[in-house]
Amino acid sequence: MSVKSESKGSTAAPNQKPLKNIIEKIWDAHLVKQKEGHPAVFAIDLMLLHEVTSAQAFENLAERKIPVADPQRLLATIDHSIPTRPNRHEIYDEAARAQVDALRQNCKKHGIPFHDFDSGTQGIVHVIGPELGVTQPGMTIVCGDSHTSTHGAFGALAFGIGTSEVGHVLATGCLLQEKPKTMKVTFKGKFLPGVYAKDAILALIGQLGIGGATGHVIEYCGDAIKAMSMEERMTVCNMSIECGARAGLISPDETTYAYIKGRKFAPSDKDWAKAVETWQSFCGDRDASYDREVVVDLDLLAPMVTWGTNPGQALQISENIPSLRDIAPEHQATAQRALEYTQLREGAPIRGVKVDWAFIGSCTNGRIEDLRIAANILKGHRVAEHVTMYVVPGSEAVMKQAQKEGLDKVFEAAGAVFRNPGCSMCLGMNDDKVPSGKRCISSSNRNFVGRQGPGSITHLASPATVAASAIAGEISSSDKYLG
Amino acid sequence: MDKFKTISSKVIPLPMKDVDTDLIIPAQFMTSISRDGYAQNVFRRLRDKDPQFPFNLEKYKDAQVMVVDDNFGCGSSREHAVWALYGAGIRVIIGKSFADIFASNASKNGLLLLTLPAMVVDRLLADAKNEEYTVTVDLENQVVSFPDGRSLGFEYEAFRKHCLLHGLDDIDYIRSFDKEIEQFRKKQEKEWAFSTLRANHP
Repeated sequence: MSVKSESKGSTAAPNQKPLKNIIEKIWDAHLVKQKEGHPAVFAIDLMLLHEVTSAQAFENLAERKIPVADPQRLLATIDHSIPTRPNRHEIYDEAARAQVDALRQNCKKHGIPFHDFDSGTQGIVHVIGPELGVTQPGMTIVCGDSHTSTHGAFGALAFGIGTSEVGHVLATGCLLQEKPKTMKVTFKGKFLPGVYAKDAILALIGQLGIGGATGHVIEYCGDAIKAMSMEERMTVCNMSIECGARAGLISPDETTYAYIKGRKFAPSDKDWAKAVETWQSFCGDRDASYDREVVVDLDLLAPMVTWGTNPGQALQISENIPSLRDIAPEHQATAQRALEYTQLREGAPIRGVKVDWAFIGSCTNGRIEDLRIAANILKGHRVAEHVTMYVVPGSEAVMKQAQKEGLDKVFEAAGAVFRNPGCSMCLGMNDDKVPSGKRCISSSNRNFVGRQGPGSITHLASPATVAASAIAGEISSSDKYLG
Repeated sequence: MDKFKTISSKVIPLPMKDVDTDLIIPAQFMTSISRDGYAQNVFRRLRDKDPQFPFNLEKYKDAQVMVVDDNFGCGSSREHAVWALYGAGIRVIIGKSFADIFASNASKNGLLLLTLPAMVVDRLLADAKNEEYTVTVDLENQVVSFPDGRSLGFEYEAFRKHCLLHGLDDIDYIRSFDKEIEQFRKKQEKEWAFSTLRANHP
């Protein structure tokens, strides 16, 4: 694997319209007004809402007697603080219950579509948007959640915002924004067996570092991206924030259009050609430039796994944990703290580290293809005696499909627990937590200190690596389980 | 949002890179529908681990200024991180760089983030270990003053400065463009006539 970084000047010839990349085209198409020296008034096409980051925004509007501007450009569900156990309707935590009730009531009051338990469409907000077909190319999409970049897989400019900004969009349908810088990331080459989209994005984050793309929106390009399914593209775009990028997106193509066609919110057959023509018009001009360009070669990439307490502290499973002396001096203190927390030794192999928990799920890797990959590896095997494994589908639709394919039976036969949809163990704010001092191999997106519960230790990896490690009881690659 | 006033305060040093918002306020404390009540758990993990962590110490009880390192506030978009810091009395954070969403959230809540050159921040981090160390931050004149009489000008975006000094949030500003927004939507809905967002609305 190699990473090159270079910058390129503008290549537009004089007297021609300036060449624009997809990010600039979407930006320009949503610019309502920009006064000299002020941030832009920027139009938002769709805002997704969940229970944790919305109540205070509704309260702000109510206090100021401001109505919701356009409820038809909103979509809400519950995912973060809900239980995933069988009787999930009963939320024992009083505060979490109040949060869910508040969103339910706010949606009812303002006429906002709400995807409740057992609607058939409840799920992690970034899983259900694409499933419903509301996520479409050229759109601007926001949510009070940093993994909103997931929707970028469809060629939408999608980014996370805070609760105050959720209020601004509720009130006006717009945000004040500064124009982002642009970065082109090209994934070259083909995956080896056992290596997946998750490994590609972890490799990029490992190279750029956790703040390496701050201030930028990334466009992911290259043959490897073109060859990916929509679900794989979502995994890549999902983790853009983990290298600091405001958003990450992929230009729409036939794969994108085929995915959207026929979904609930897809354009009708009658309007389809016009829709595709409009979506296609957002693709960047040939030879358009970017503020930064990076190339990642996937040809020799091995499965990735994190060793530390941020997603940038990642390595190939065949490598050893870095020695402190090999780390740049300004990052040594961070690395040392991470090693203390994860109870690992510098220079030691990452392969073979004993794990206690395994988690398949989250907006990064909780879709049907992820569950299929994990089931394919677990089939005919048992999860190691000392490992507890949770498989949590990203949505009710994913759950239903998994059951239809019998994947739930495969997980159960292997000794894993198949649960109801939600964010679950990704962020330790519902009942699903990794106990203190326990080590979890996880298909989620963050390995921060205590992320999966106070004192929990997280190793991020692909669903395949998670499944293989669950069987082995230690960090392990999936190649020997792939038929 | 409160108006930002000139502040003279002790400085809390936090010499750690890449401080994420999970570390500032763990998700387990986010099951609330209020903007208040987070301060008691700000940096909960670090406070539980280390009795000498500044937010555990009496001498920093009234401190309003923090000095941090690179990429402060990365990770989750949770505004609760800003509410927790603000609730704990922090009004200014000086650092080498800040994550995008955290910076945006801070500006919407009257929390001033100052990006200063790395050498200056390193010096501040070293000096701030001395508990008598006090700085004055004057946004109006864009100056930070130090106890030895030195002062340092800083850059700050004019629009955001105006909002902070006058306690303005973005809603009124955006609403002053109501006509332009309406025109924009009319044109857009024509171009995007294929969209079924409205037709499918319950």
